Amino acid sequence: MRHRFSDKTELHALGRRVLPYAMLSPAVLVTLAIVFFPMLQTTWMSLHEYILFRPNDFHWVGLGNFKAALNDEVFWISFGHTLIWMGITIPAQLLLGLTTALLLNQNFPWRPIARALIIIPWALPSVIIALMWVWIYDSNYGVANEFLLRLGIVQKAVPWLANPDTALASIILTLTWQGFPFFAVMILAGLQSIPHSHYEAASIDGASQLRQFWHITLPGISGVVVTAVLLRLIWVANSFDVIFVMTGGGPGYSTYTLPLYAFIKARTNLDFGYGSAIAVLFTLLLMVFVIFYLRRMRRMI
Amino acid sequence: MAVGRSGFWKRILTVDMPMVLILLFALGPYFWMFVTSVSQESVLFTTGPSLVNATLENYVRLFETIGFADNLIDSFLVASGTVAVGLSLSVTAAYAFSRFDFRAKRLLMTQFLVINMFPLVLLILPLFILMRWLGLLDTHLALIAANSTIAIPFSIWMMVSYINGIPKSLDEAAMTDGCSRLQALRRVILPLCLPGIVATGIYIFITSWNEYLYALTLGGREVRPITVAVQTLIGEYEVQWGLLSAGGIIGAMPAAVLFLLVQKRLISGLTQGAVKG
Repeated sequence: MRHRFSDKTELHALGRRVLPYAMLSPAVLVTLAIVFFPMLQTTWMSLHEYILFRPNDFHWVGLGNFKAALNDEVFWISFGHTLIWMGITIPAQLLLGLTTALLLNQNFPWRPIARALIIIPWALPSVIIALMWVWIYDSNYGVANEFLLRLGIVQKAVPWLANPDTALASIILTLTWQGFPFFAVMILAGLQSIPHSHYEAASIDGASQLRQFWHITLPGISGVVVTAVLLRLIWVANSFDVIFVMTGGGPGYSTYTLPLYAFIKARTNLDFGYGSAIAVLFTLLLMVFVIFYLRRMRRMI
Repeated sequence: MAVGRSGFWKRILTVDMPMVLILLFALGPYFWMFVTSVSQESVLFTTGPSLVNATLENYVRLFETIGFADNLIDSFLVASGTVAVGLSLSVTAAYAFSRFDFRAKRLLMTQFLVINMFPLVLLILPLFILMRWLGLLDTHLALIAANSTIAIPFSIWMMVSYINGIPKSLDEAAMTDGCSRLQALRRVILPLCLPGIVATGIYIFITSWNEYLYALTLGGREVRPITVAVQTLIGEYEVQWGLLSAGGIIGAMPAAVLFLLVQKRLISGLTQGAVKG
């Protein structure tokens, strides 16, 4: 009798130790299959010469693809655009998002409607966003040109996406439009977590609105802002579909970015080896931000 | 009274007006697309789109000649399949993360966080080769698998935050009453976080519905979700903007409506971590 009892508790103890792993294994196994295995495969491909229409010609080139990339002018052009693209898009989204959040945090009768509608750009499919803006930017019939012509800001219609000087800027405006609602809702949540009593205390002490903003609001939302910026950086960096649809990288190389370059290399030239190498390089660059983000999230885990 | 009135005007000037401007910026392009979609194709290049003489011609053409209904079905199947995979795999995983302490917990949780941040371009090339090798190119299954790379980690993180919100004492009480762990999960935890599950499911649905690059690379002739279908309306020489914007309006509708329905719960789930951090 005693023997059976201890058996049972042992079994229980074992069960308790195994159970969490058993509950996790389906998710872990599937992600191994569809994320980690492909990721390793990319790394593996990047060390080979591999062109899809010559399947038998898969040979080891070591770091050859990486060396080629570093000597590739288009790689550096794409790298530069990636920096400009991220360096302008994210701050623009943040500023517009912060302004929107501060407005939405005020009291006005139609606030719930405004709050619901502001999210729309973020919820739309990227392709549709991209196509919509291609139509807006259209050089002959686009509403952007018509609008600016009427206001007298431009003298004649500008081919926004066909001109190498304006193409990247036009895309950045589109991306800003798409992403600022995300900042707005995140920052709004941060604003609402600041206790009202802080502002009341500050008013009693005679602090001006500006000082209140500087000493209460900003510190109160800084955590959300940093997290949102990191998340957004990583997401924006990953999403090249808008650029792909709007210009496909053109005219010339004027809107090439690193992920787009990797994708085009593989898709158009079927050069999977070189494309993978660029993808790996880009991922390594991005890892810097991912590590920052992980360190912040650490506290939560 | 005088103070009240000047306060009112001040509010209009500093809050309402800027808000209206921002909303115009946010909604203007979508509105413009709508106007384009109800204009006759022939008008677009002469007088420009307008609401005068609005017509549903483009929408009719979209379904009758382009066969847009098939694309909608494809999108629906892929998105629902991804929701099923994402939710079913993540519920037990999230429960384990929330309720147990085990050695690999930190590592595994970090792993699911990192997956979410891998550039899509890193995965899209090998997934293409993998699906070609498995003979799954141009099937719904391939797109569901690809979308799950994002859906699984995302829903695990959302579910963990929802389950964390349910007191541990509840499953312990159920277990003292004779339930096993899994029974406690099914009878106590799942019903309680049902709203969270629904919100997560809807979010996965939206992202899969909106997804384009996987659909373009792994789909093709047989399986062509709306995002790809809309893009193929761009011809070699001319673009039928009326038709295209009608497709855009319809393609964007489900995502926009669903988002409005669940946005409160979703945003609270998304920001919970961020606000604390």
